[in-house]
Amino acid sequence: MRHLLSAHDLSREEAVLILDTAAAMAATQQREMKKLPPLRGKTVVNLFFEDSTRTRISFEAAAKRLSADVINFSAKGSSVSKGESLKDTAQTLQAMGADAVVIRHAASGAPHRLATSGWIDAPVINAGDGKHQHPTQALLDAYTMRRHLRGEDAIGSDLAGFRVLVVGDVLHSRVARSNVDLLHTLGAHVTLVAPPTLLPVGVGTWPCEVSYDLDAAVAARPDAIMMLRVQRERMSSAGGGFFPSPQEYSRKYGLDGARLRALGPDALVMHPGPMNRGLEISAEAADSAQAVILEQVTNGVAVRMAVLYLLLAGADDRAGVSTPELVKDSV
Amino acid sequence: MSAHRYLIRGAAPLGGDPTDLLLADGVIAATGAEAAAQAGDAQVVDAAGLVVLPGLVDLHTHLREPGREDAETVLSGTRAAAVGGFTCVHAMANTQPVADTAGVVEQVWRLGRDAGWVDVRPVGAVTVGLAGERLAELGAMADSAARVRVFSDDGVCVSDPVLMRRALEYVKAFDGVVAQHAQEPRLTEGAVMNEGVVSAELGLTGWPAVAEESIVARDVLLAEHVGSRVHICHLSTAGSVDIVRWAKSRGIQVTAEVTPHHLVLTDEIVRGYDPQFKVNPPLRTAEDVAAVRAGLADGTIDIVATDHAPHPVEDKDCEFDAAAFGMTGLETALSVVISSMVLADDVDFGWADVARTMSAAPAAIGRVADQGRPLAVGEPAHVTLVDPDARWTVVPRELRTASDNTPFAGRELPGRVVATFYGGRATVLDGVPQERTA
Repeated sequence: MRHLLSAHDLSREEAVLILDTAAAMAATQQREMKKLPPLRGKTVVNLFFEDSTRTRISFEAAAKRLSADVINFSAKGSSVSKGESLKDTAQTLQAMGADAVVIRHAASGAPHRLATSGWIDAPVINAGDGKHQHPTQALLDAYTMRRHLRGEDAIGSDLAGFRVLVVGDVLHSRVARSNVDLLHTLGAHVTLVAPPTLLPVGVGTWPCEVSYDLDAAVAARPDAIMMLRVQRERMSSAGGGFFPSPQEYSRKYGLDGARLRALGPDALVMHPGPMNRGLEISAEAADSAQAVILEQVTNGVAVRMAVLYLLLAGADDRAGVSTPELVKDSV
Repeated sequence: MSAHRYLIRGAAPLGGDPTDLLLADGVIAATGAEAAAQAGDAQVVDAAGLVVLPGLVDLHTHLREPGREDAETVLSGTRAAAVGGFTCVHAMANTQPVADTAGVVEQVWRLGRDAGWVDVRPVGAVTVGLAGERLAELGAMADSAARVRVFSDDGVCVSDPVLMRRALEYVKAFDGVVAQHAQEPRLTEGAVMNEGVVSAELGLTGWPAVAEESIVARDVLLAEHVGSRVHICHLSTAGSVDIVRWAKSRGIQVTAEVTPHHLVLTDEIVRGYDPQFKVNPPLRTAEDVAAVRAGLADGTIDIVATDHAPHPVEDKDCEFDAAAFGMTGLETALSVVISSMVLADDVDFGWADVARTMSAAPAAIGRVADQGRPLAVGEPAHVTLVDPDARWTVVPRELRTASDNTPFAGRELPGRVVATFYGGRATVLDGVPQERTA
């Protein structure tokens, strides 16, 4: 694995390795001294063409806890409107000595272009590209599910047999695409639930089921339910007119108290954030005991530490030693 | 031109029995035994093993001048056209300024004439500034020295049905044709690739087939209603083929073109997010490719047109969303047609069909009287010699177009243009463009 561009690129073994490494990282984060040495002297650039404070901070924390130096480069707006091309921006950062580039971009495929066009040779980590992929989000979601659902036996395991609902704006969601890919690879059974207007043409070929009926899907008692953020502007005709009103969306596709009770107390309630309370998720569900939304944020740092570690720590350092052991040794 | 005399020896007209052709005084002066007998001091061109075709005619070329001379000029584009075997190209109207007045079309026409590589026939814009609001002075362009007969807002669809109706009716007065870029604008806002399985996975905004088909359906019905000719640019979907086939069966005066790239490439190739494969209309599915190939073979689709769309490097060396739409095509068109149609086992398509779809029919649609003519004594000496057995690898920098955005870089293609004669002058010999002397 040289880059992390898409959850689709990960084999089961690679995904489990990342999750196991993340578990080792998470264990170190319980200690008073959270900082580990393996990326000392390396420079990680957070190249954010789109506002995303939480993802940027999560990557920044992950890199710093591995002792890397972090440069945050915020270039809001597309490369075209800004006047400088993606290529020039990336090459400038590489010239300053970037050892890895974490990129968030509004254009689907921008990380892929960065990794494959010969512009730079540093590893590229996709921190969310347009409507395409957000692989570290899927990894932290899978990590969170595995921890809760497998408990003490989590290390080395996948998610075979688990049933997950992903509910909401699938059409515009990189989180949904990444999760379908990764959960499928890990053996889970995914059902997408959305109004037909918020599902892409071609969704029928994805390795998951599709439903328009949230109540029926909830009645099947999934192990986890993931509520996707819905942009309020999607309902205006200028925004595409995907649904008639927020009230109707909330009634048909929101996770309210009644649906929370129908899920039962064991189902995990998840959300990638930031939440629209009262639209796709009620306060009751978001604040319930079964909600793991804040834990997802915590786990995000451990998962991103794992990804940075696996991509950046020299292969020689890791030879012959399983990654979790190395992390223990190095503390 | 009268100084140019060429004796072409042993070339196979449309792939048939080899013969000799004498080109003199700008016409095919003699064929068969007569050619050698009358040759005199004519330069001999050994054409054994070569196929001779009437000079190719492109109904859809973006020469970019005036306005985007960084991408292409009339000179560089027409030289590339000659190397590709063309003797006539129609220069699309979406220049800066737009070719929506007699002044601009005459300028382009004169630049073409001065360059001398091919017959440049300017296409006039249908609406002022391609804005889709009011008709440009179509009559003035038709009456100008450029004698415009093809009108198109290509790049933009004439989406207003009333305006389209008016344009279809108005051009009847001078036997013109409206060439429609069929793209329903509301259905394609922000669209960058075919809508389907691949766009869903890549997270790129989809351009659905129905956005083309709904306009094609509307326009053939409008053409029927007002009794006008309509031409469909770069038809790309199986549904459009069905609609045009149905329209022709009703006697509607519709013609249609397909580009070389839509004959071979599918949206699967976009998976690498390489903007060289970003084009409008977008690359479609394998089913669509099969349908347009079958449509071209059975005559539903009348012609191959390149939609040669050069762009400078910086407009492609970027994110897919930010990149320009378009591909070059003049120098690869014939080879792609040979590869995808002539040499293919699943369609019946020979050299006569190449001559029909790349020369005679586009000339007829554009009302270019002296192009696309038979290879017969007395006809204008617009002639192309092709080596059907040659194979060559596409290297962008080696192409004569000023831009590098070919989708076929690195591909080996069959068939190579050996020589092109335009009005009896050799514009290309041994594959090399021949500058005019004196």
